[in-house]
Amino acid sequence: MNILTLTIFLPLVGVAALFLFNKENAGAIKLAGFVTTLVVFVVSLYLYFQFDSTHAGFQFQQKAVWIAGLNISYFVGIDGMSLLLILLTTFLTPLALLGTWNSISHRLKEYTMMILLLEVGMIGVFAALDLFLFYIFWEAMLIPMYFIIGIWGGQERIYAAVKFFLFTLFGSLLMLVAILALGYYASTLPGGQFTTNLLDLYSIAPRMALTLQSWMFLAFALSFAIKVPLFPLHTWLPDAHVQAPTAGSVILAGVLLKMGTYGLIRFCLPLFPEAAFRFTPLLGVLAVIGIIYGALVAMVQTDIKKLVAYSSVSHLGFVVLGTFAMTEEGIQGAIIQMINHGLSTGALFLIVGMIYDRAHTRAISDFGGVAKIMPVFAAFFMIFTFSSIGLPGLNGFVGEFLVLLGSFKSTFLGTYAYSAFAASGVILAAVYMLWMYQRVMLGPVREGGMYGGHKLFDLTKREIAALVPIVIFIVWIGVYPGTFLNKSAPVAKKVVQELELVRQGNQVRTAQLRPQPAATLKSDISKNK
Amino acid sequence: MVAYTPLIIVLFPLLGFLFLGLIGSRIKNEKLIGLIGSGTVGLSFLVALGLFFQMTGLHPEERKHVVELFTWISAFTGTASSFSVSVAYQIDQLSILMTLIVTGVGFLIHVYSIGYMHGDPGFWRFFTYMNLFIFAMLNLVLADNFLLMFLGWEGVGLCSYLLIGFWYEKKFTGDAAKKAFIVNRVGDFGFLLGMFLIFVNFQSLNFDAVFGRAAVLNPNSTMVWITLLLFIGATGKSAQIPLYVWLPDAMAGPTPVSALIHAATMVTAGVYMVARCSILFALAPATLEVVAIIGALTAIFAASIGLVQNDIKKVLAYSTISQLGYMFLAMGVAAFTAGIFHLMTHAFFKALLFLGSGAVIHGMHDEQDIQKMGGLKKYLPTTYRTFVIGAIAIAGIPPFAGFFSKDEILWKTFSGEYGSVLLWVVGALGAGLTAFYMFRLVSLTFEGDERFDHHHVHPHEAPKTMTVPLQVLAFLSIVGGFVGIPASLFGGNTIEHWLEPVFAPANDKLRLTSHSVEWTEYLLMFISVGIAVAAIYAARTVYLKRAELAERWKNKYASLYKVLLNKYFVDEVYDKTIVNPTVKISEGFLWKGVDVSVIDGAVNGSAKLVALAAQGIRRIQTGVMQQYATVFVGGIVLIMIWLILK
Repeated sequence: MNILTLTIFLPLVGVAALFLFNKENAGAIKLAGFVTTLVVFVVSLYLYFQFDSTHAGFQFQQKAVWIAGLNISYFVGIDGMSLLLILLTTFLTPLALLGTWNSISHRLKEYTMMILLLEVGMIGVFAALDLFLFYIFWEAMLIPMYFIIGIWGGQERIYAAVKFFLFTLFGSLLMLVAILALGYYASTLPGGQFTTNLLDLYSIAPRMALTLQSWMFLAFALSFAIKVPLFPLHTWLPDAHVQAPTAGSVILAGVLLKMGTYGLIRFCLPLFPEAAFRFTPLLGVLAVIGIIYGALVAMVQTDIKKLVAYSSVSHLGFVVLGTFAMTEEGIQGAIIQMINHGLSTGALFLIVGMIYDRAHTRAISDFGGVAKIMPVFAAFFMIFTFSSIGLPGLNGFVGEFLVLLGSFKSTFLGTYAYSAFAASGVILAAVYMLWMYQRVMLGPVREGGMYGGHKLFDLTKREIAALVPIVIFIVWIGVYPGTFLNKSAPVAKKVVQELELVRQGNQVRTAQLRPQPAATLKSDISKNK
Repeated sequence: MVAYTPLIIVLFPLLGFLFLGLIGSRIKNEKLIGLIGSGTVGLSFLVALGLFFQMTGLHPEERKHVVELFTWISAFTGTASSFSVSVAYQIDQLSILMTLIVTGVGFLIHVYSIGYMHGDPGFWRFFTYMNLFIFAMLNLVLADNFLLMFLGWEGVGLCSYLLIGFWYEKKFTGDAAKKAFIVNRVGDFGFLLGMFLIFVNFQSLNFDAVFGRAAVLNPNSTMVWITLLLFIGATGKSAQIPLYVWLPDAMAGPTPVSALIHAATMVTAGVYMVARCSILFALAPATLEVVAIIGALTAIFAASIGLVQNDIKKVLAYSTISQLGYMFLAMGVAAFTAGIFHLMTHAFFKALLFLGSGAVIHGMHDEQDIQKMGGLKKYLPTTYRTFVIGAIAIAGIPPFAGFFSKDEILWKTFSGEYGSVLLWVVGALGAGLTAFYMFRLVSLTFEGDERFDHHHVHPHEAPKTMTVPLQVLAFLSIVGGFVGIPASLFGGNTIEHWLEPVFAPANDKLRLTSHSVEWTEYLLMFISVGIAVAAIYAARTVYLKRAELAERWKNKYASLYKVLLNKYFVDEVYDKTIVNPTVKISEGFLWKGVDVSVIDGAVNGSAKLVALAAQGIRRIQTGVMQQYATVFVGGIVLIMIWLILK
């Protein structure tokens, strides 16, 4: 059996097994869920060790005919970028369960099943090499997340769940139309046939006329931009995060948001390069606005979780900016920044969940002086805070630096202004994170050591066990990012090279054709036939 | 030379940090923690000293030496222009000097801290952070590229944050720590952009590569931008106008921290950075001018505030800002060696003064207001003697250390191609103010009437772990200047010769000519010593013999006094113009306006619109068969009419 397919569907074994469990037996259900995700992680490690980093193509490919008439197949395979994101997924899922062991008591069995189903969808999204299959996984993942927020969420979970669902669905429907149109376009070419095979489309789609490309690009990009979320499409995020249970937030921030940025690199750039050039200023500006805007709005939040949610808007802005810098540093930075954000924001949500489980409040003003009562917690919180701030030596810096450098030298963006404005996010990140840390952790202890009417106690061994692995990777990536960067390097190189080729081709063509505008028209017509 | 010596120097404090950080909380024995904490730094110092002596035996050209450890951040794409930077340490005449200062002064302050921090529940935490600081600082000075230097740069900022906020249960320590980190980040923003511009222009961030390529260039506007951006970074870390505001607040940290980080080492990082990039600054004369002006302004501005402060540590803090201003003045007039020389002597006497103030605070049961002291020399004799030595050194009285270094700066400011008489006047005035506020401090603290409450305060001398470091630093404050005795005073100016290869490219570029001894040099020396002596005499007169004078002046120039006491209201202006508006706009306009009202309003509005439309359309679906049939028939009729008319 193909090891990649095994990794994708392995969580289903856990789901099946859970049907056999008595719903009263909470301990066994939790253990089953945790063990399943742990096994998935171990299996995914096999992918890592067997992966050939010198190779830019897709590995562990498996292809099986699915809908023969439409040339749609079950087609999976991974390159360095998908490998890293799949590992992030399989790494975070068990930790999310471990870190929130006692947070859920109501309908625990269903909850665990939903998390496992979600994992299938997430891994599938990163592995799919057929657009139709990608779409199926993309939508399939939406459903468990909707239930996780809607059933196990906070006070206003229904509003948040519906908002999350509608925003995402709106985008993905446009994407579906674009996928079908793309397949149809392939069939209109001489000797062509309908196809959703990504590898085939890589060579077909860039040949589309600019107008058509632009529409397709916008349909895909809108769907991804909502997921990222890119300003001004981000307002579903704070609500979804605040309402979602901790594990949901961890996975939402840690993995789901990456699907948007993953999609931009995987689909938008290589399939529609010329349209991408055209919209680079738009996406670049939105990314920079997101960086600054997200940070400023995060700064004034009164709820810890909402603050972290808005910080995601800011951090993901860096990823989008790096992507549209279209330089090797920019793309490499974007990829590693996806991992970084998954680790540090995932960890921050765990931290927020841990203190919420104790004090049953998340209002910043309800805290102060917690460091005295929970010193171990304070140390972890401090590390994640500085990881999020982008302190050199920790992971966040590597991604932000590469993104900023990549966009600074980018000839596609064409001006230093993007990078210069984005870099101000580095100052603002320190402002909102340190201010929050100070108000929650430092200062005098509250009277009687009571917070939200509860007495706090420091982290348990289990909670520490959930956080330590994240700290290890935060330092690892900060000190020796090569382990991860060289996995994604061939991807970045390839994406950038192809974009450069298209651009050079354009330049050559326009240079040749400028004296004879009529010829441009002719070649465009012949291309559309 | 052992190839990996620099690595060993860096490794000791790192191991100390890891060990204490992981199991320090379980070690109940303060002595053991103190031994590990200071021992690691001491070992680093010894290794660095050994290395230094080895270097002295080598030909100047062979003294430089780089150890590359591993690739740190790289795009790993193998394309020629793609980014790659290593963790690599560079030993040369400048970095070994900085290493000796950092580990040497650092070791003394660690030892002092064993006494000062005795009994603090966070004892282990203190030494953990301090070791981390030494590690970060060594990375800063030993880095062979801009990015690793930046790691050290931000790393020391982190330690500064952690140590300012060390007593985190007090509200103001948290505020001060946060302010320090954020203001530094503003500077780091400049540093970052400077690095990007360097990379775009030189395709590398490696010192050798960048400086080598720069050496063949002519002055140009890109270099002005690069150096200005780097200098913004320096104004943050080294507390210069306009980013100096964090340093006075940073005094909220334990006093050894103020001595080590906020006086002797970290705050000089900006000076070191400019010195390290001297060739880049040499290609940007416009920036040099800016650096000199900012330095001179900061020197006199901070000194004027220091005149009236009553918190013993605040006086020293403004003094530090002022002295850093002198170092930048030196850099700006292209007297690189003089700036580094002053950096070194300042490390000795300012660490001494801070540790002395710590001994006073320790002996006075945490009292920091000098108006509530007086006459302490009787109770703290060793502290008093060493403190006075520090004060004489900073005042610039020969033959103490500060005299040689400060005079070298003033002389180069006056005579150098990039200096000016005006800058010299500012510098000399600042020197007078320095002497005045220092002896005001000495007089009010150690001499005159005892103004403290004898029932509650029983001043006592500090223990040996604290006084011995004071004595060593006092010794260094006396003799430290002898390495830089100028030719005019028949000295060899050892430090200038030692650093010569480091600054040679910049000096060549600036076509600096060495001056022969002139009578003006003696005259200026005489003037500046005269100003210092006069200022000391004035301070002693005002604060010891005729105390009513101080009161009278205070009333006569009440508004000026108020402005100085309130530090020119700069903090208030920053709050009103930057901090508060940002928060207000973010909350009122961006969050509640754009996010909630506009975007969500539009989303919810369109949802409502759909709901409304659905309400309307729902009426059609009545479930009444007759209605359906009527519509059905009507439809058919309409279609038929259309078909016929067509």
